[in-house]
Amino acid sequence: MKPAAIIIVLLFGALLGYAAMDFPPWGDPAAPASVHVSPYYIEHSLTQTSVPNIVTAVLADYRGYDTLFETIVIFSAGVACLFLMRVFRHTEPDSRMYRHLPSGITLRVAKGYAPPPESREFERIDLTWVPYNLVVKTTSRLIVPFSQLFALYVIAHGHHSPGGGFQGGVILGASIVLYAIATNMRASLARFSEKRAVGLCVLGVFIYAGTGVLCMLLGANYLDYGALAVLFAGDGVAARSHGILMVEVGVGITVMAVMVHLYYSLASSGRHDEGL
Amino acid sequence: MNDLFTLVVSKANYWMTIALMMVGLYAMIAKQNLVKKIIGMNILQTAVILFFITIGAKRDATIPIVKHGPDSHSQGLLAVDYINPLPHVLMLTAIVVAVSTLGVALALAIQIYRRYRSLDEEEILSQLKADTSEVNHG
Repeated sequence: MKPAAIIIVLLFGALLGYAAMDFPPWGDPAAPASVHVSPYYIEHSLTQTSVPNIVTAVLADYRGYDTLFETIVIFSAGVACLFLMRVFRHTEPDSRMYRHLPSGITLRVAKGYAPPPESREFERIDLTWVPYNLVVKTTSRLIVPFSQLFALYVIAHGHHSPGGGFQGGVILGASIVLYAIATNMRASLARFSEKRAVGLCVLGVFIYAGTGVLCMLLGANYLDYGALAVLFAGDGVAARSHGILMVEVGVGITVMAVMVHLYYSLASSGRHDEGL
Repeated sequence: MNDLFTLVVSKANYWMTIALMMVGLYAMIAKQNLVKKIIGMNILQTAVILFFITIGAKRDATIPIVKHGPDSHSQGLLAVDYINPLPHVLMLTAIVVAVSTLGVALALAIQIYRRYRSLDEEEILSQLKADTSEVNHG
C-alpha cells in the first residue's frame, strides 16, 4: 500500500513538474492567464458597475451565476450536516453537572434525580469539567460586539475595500462561535437558536436568488442588476452596485448561518446540548 | 547550471505548490486514519488555492481595487497596473466552500466513529466484511 502510494505521488509530482516547465515565470504581466479576460474586467468594471473593488464586481456581477451556485453549495453543506448529524431523539444523560456560582462548588446529579432549584446561583455546566474562567468570559464579551461590527463593515464596505459577503459572513459566524466557546453551547443556543440558524441559511440563498428574480420581473435577464435602476434613484450603473450589495448581504447571511450551524452540529455531535 | 538556477528561482512558487499537492495526495492515499485523510484533503485544497493566487500575480502591480475619487471615472486604466482579479474571485469562494466540505467530511467521520467505534480504515473494512458475511449466511 505505502510503496504504491509513494509511486503514485511521485508520478503525479513528476507530471506536474513537467507541466510547470512550460509555465510563465512568476509575476509575468504577459502570462496567458492575465491577457485573456481579466484586462477587460480591470478596465471596465468601474465604468460598468461603479464598483472600484474589481474582485467584488467580478464575483457578484460578471460571475454572478458562479457565486449563486457556490452559495447553494455552502447551503447544501449546511443541510447535509443537519441530516447527517442531528439526533432528534432526546435521551436523558447519565448525569448532569451544575455549578453553585457563589461558592464555586460543582454538583453531579445522577440520572433520575431532581436538578437543583432554578435560580441564578446554579448554572448547568458540561460533563467534561470546565473550570470557571472569568478572564475568557469577560474578554469574549468585549471582543464579540466589535468583531460583529467589523463583520458588518466588511460586508457593507466590500465595494471599496477588500471584503464582501463571504469574508464578512465568516467573521460574523466566528463571533458567534467564539461566544459559544467562551460560555457554553446552551447559552449560545439561547441567543442564536438552531431554528434561526437554519432559517437564515435559507433566507440568504432566497435573497440572492430573489434578487435575480426581481431583475427578471423588471424585464431584464436573471441577475442583470441594471434593471434595478427603477427601484433606486440613479442610473443603471449605480443600480448594479446596489444589486451587488443585495446579493453580498444574502451571501453573508448564508455563510454566517452555515458556519454557526456546522459548529453546533460538530461540537455536540448532533445533540445540541453540550460540547466544547 | 545557470539555467537550472533561473528555472528553480523563477518558478519557486510552482515548485512549492507541487510539493504541497504531493504531501496532501500522499496523506489521502496512504494514511489509515480518516481524520488524517481529511487533513490531507485540506492540504491539497490549500495547494490549489496557492497555485491560483500565484497565477494571478503580476510584477510591479497593486491589488485589484481601482484608485478612485469623486470625479475620476475611467481615467485611462491600464491592466498592467493591477493584478489579475479572476483567480482571487475563484479562490475567495473556494476557501469558504473548502470550510463547508470540511464540515461535512468531519460530520461523516463522526457518524462512522459512532457506528464502528473506530476511525481506522482497516478496522472499518474488516467490520464491514464481517457484517456482509453475516447477512449472506443468515
